[in-house]
Amino acid sequence: MIKGKFIDNLPKVYGIYTGGFLVFIILMAIAEQAGMSAKLIGIFFVAFTVLIYALIGWLSRTLQVDAYYVAGRQVPTVFNGMATAADWMSGASFVAMAGGIYFKGYGYMALLVGWTGGYVLVASLLAPYLRKFGCYTVPDFIGTRYGGNLARFSAVIVLTVASFTYVTAQINATGTIASVALDIPFGIAVYVGLASILMCSMLGGMRAVTWTQVAQYIVLIIAYLLPVFWISSKLGAGFFPHFMLADEVARIAELEGQFGFVKNSAADLATVPKGLAGITKAHSSVNATPWAFISLAVCMMAGTASLPHVMMRYFTTPSVRTARRSVGWSLFFIFLLYSSAPMLATLSKLSLIDPTLPTGIIGKTISEVQAIDWYQNWNQANLMFISDFNGNGTLELNEFFMGGKAVVLATPEIAGLPYVISGLVAAGGMAAAMSTADGLVLAISNALSHDIYYKIINPKAETAKRLIVARVLLVLIGFAGATIAALEIQGILGSVIWAFDFAMSGLFFPLVLGVWWKRANAPGAVAGMLLGLISGTAYLIWVRSGGSGFLGITQLTFGIVGAAVSLVSMVVVSLITAAPDAATQKMVDDVRIPSGKTVLAQK
Amino acid sequence: MSKQEQHWEKTRNLLFITLAIWFVFSIGIFLFGAEMQESSIRPFGYPLTYWFTCQGSLAIFVILIFWFAGRQEKIDDEFGFTEREGDQ
Repeated sequence: MIKGKFIDNLPKVYGIYTGGFLVFIILMAIAEQAGMSAKLIGIFFVAFTVLIYALIGWLSRTLQVDAYYVAGRQVPTVFNGMATAADWMSGASFVAMAGGIYFKGYGYMALLVGWTGGYVLVASLLAPYLRKFGCYTVPDFIGTRYGGNLARFSAVIVLTVASFTYVTAQINATGTIASVALDIPFGIAVYVGLASILMCSMLGGMRAVTWTQVAQYIVLIIAYLLPVFWISSKLGAGFFPHFMLADEVARIAELEGQFGFVKNSAADLATVPKGLAGITKAHSSVNATPWAFISLAVCMMAGTASLPHVMMRYFTTPSVRTARRSVGWSLFFIFLLYSSAPMLATLSKLSLIDPTLPTGIIGKTISEVQAIDWYQNWNQANLMFISDFNGNGTLELNEFFMGGKAVVLATPEIAGLPYVISGLVAAGGMAAAMSTADGLVLAISNALSHDIYYKIINPKAETAKRLIVARVLLVLIGFAGATIAALEIQGILGSVIWAFDFAMSGLFFPLVLGVWWKRANAPGAVAGMLLGLISGTAYLIWVRSGGSGFLGITQLTFGIVGAAVSLVSMVVVSLITAAPDAATQKMVDDVRIPSGKTVLAQK
Repeated sequence: MSKQEQHWEKTRNLLFITLAIWFVFSIGIFLFGAEMQESSIRPFGYPLTYWFTCQGSLAIFVILIFWFAGRQEKIDDEFGFTEREGDQ
């Protein structure tokens, strides 16, 4: 595969790939008609796509440092946008987001606003400047801008805490999907997921991850949009759901008013399997205070701008200009999925609760619902549960419980779509979780191999040795993540949100002020990173262990405490210690103009 | 004022405008979520606040970033700071 040629041919290569994938879906649909079992279809979908990613990973193998760390800095704008979107949209976005909207309504939508609004900060405050800097990793920027191993080391600590929290959740998600689709125990499936993740990243580093992430984006966006459009047409809600579901949203509000939200007793709720929830919040009305909404959105936005696995994707573009535009494309590709999640939640909820629809189950008798095929399947998978609390023999709104994942995983089946769609959705979820896990594992292992091993421990290491160390670390971190994921200690979504708060606590202000405030110096940055991370973590532990918290800051928004401490300590310590030397000030000046060589190349 | 200082001042002003628009659609309007929901303005028939959380704010962010990138490129051009082939 000739490099220059491959880059020029990208639209063609991925065009053929997309066409091939669509043909594969059609073949599977034909096979289903011919009597292929649902289980076999699921296996084919997941195995086929994972094998393709592994093939891309193998074809992108490299022995060059530049290719391994930043994909040779030649990823075109739009393709980097797709890769970032896949990097960004995790298993949680794919599988759990629509469920979150379904159950929590407005209060949860703060995550949508936050996870998109953060990209405005990325584009305007950071990405172009870090690209101009020419670093390999985020700690590389911190270490060079502020100078000194302590600053570099502190940045690696924050990065590792945030990314590791995040990656266990992703490996957990790959394990969940692999175990369902391939029908193997979760403990083994986690390692199958890990092996797939490592195949994509180990040989080619960032270069391999880039080209697999583009492939994964294509799979995941088809897998998300196709069912949404199909279900919407099938329910007669309109062929373009995004613009046509107003009546459905109004109908849900009407039904909610009719049924009312009956509160279940604690004794009744104790009989509901763990992890399942009922509909207790209004679908479209404003059900959270402004502060609850805004504080969560702010945390997700600042966290977005501080998470290293996203930032490092913009190190791979050919120029500062393309880095900036690439952020816009990233958000556009993310928008395609995020704007569809509320539509899926609406369609899913209406088809279940509207008694006038053939799929509606509220108002039917308990025994009738228990006889439905899909109810039995998802009940067995521990994602659906009904119980006749009031003993009237009829299913009420408050007697129906579902797992968050079921909105994405089960709605196609409930709406009566062929099983091939469920197989497609499993492949999409796998792609989403794998692409994010790859980005995160690479971010951690690159920081350890480049910033700790090469920059601090052994600056004289040769290229071959550096790349071996990078790969060994990659495998070790993958295994550590999988081992913790196999223990299943936290839910997927909770730990994702924590990762944003950790990143925001320690990295947001040291990164932003590194570009926008010349007076910021090394002692200030170290204080900002460490005190921010420590105070945020302390607050989290305090609230988790029963502390009352203050200002309405919860365990999901502890980043506000961390970032505030980080800002104050960074400014105060910077001002009471000596200003950065002239060379550092010159470096900041150079970062601020796009033209000329990268700052690191000048040194 | 040197060329570079002027360039930075313009860049900073653009940042402030961008962040002001960002602030309005990510934070500002949600201070009035309950009031806006009752508004008679209903894009595509959806309640206003609900629409902003599903589509409105998200789409505005996408447009805002492209607009910002275009403006920044103009500023860079004006001062001759645009990258040339082989710069990197």
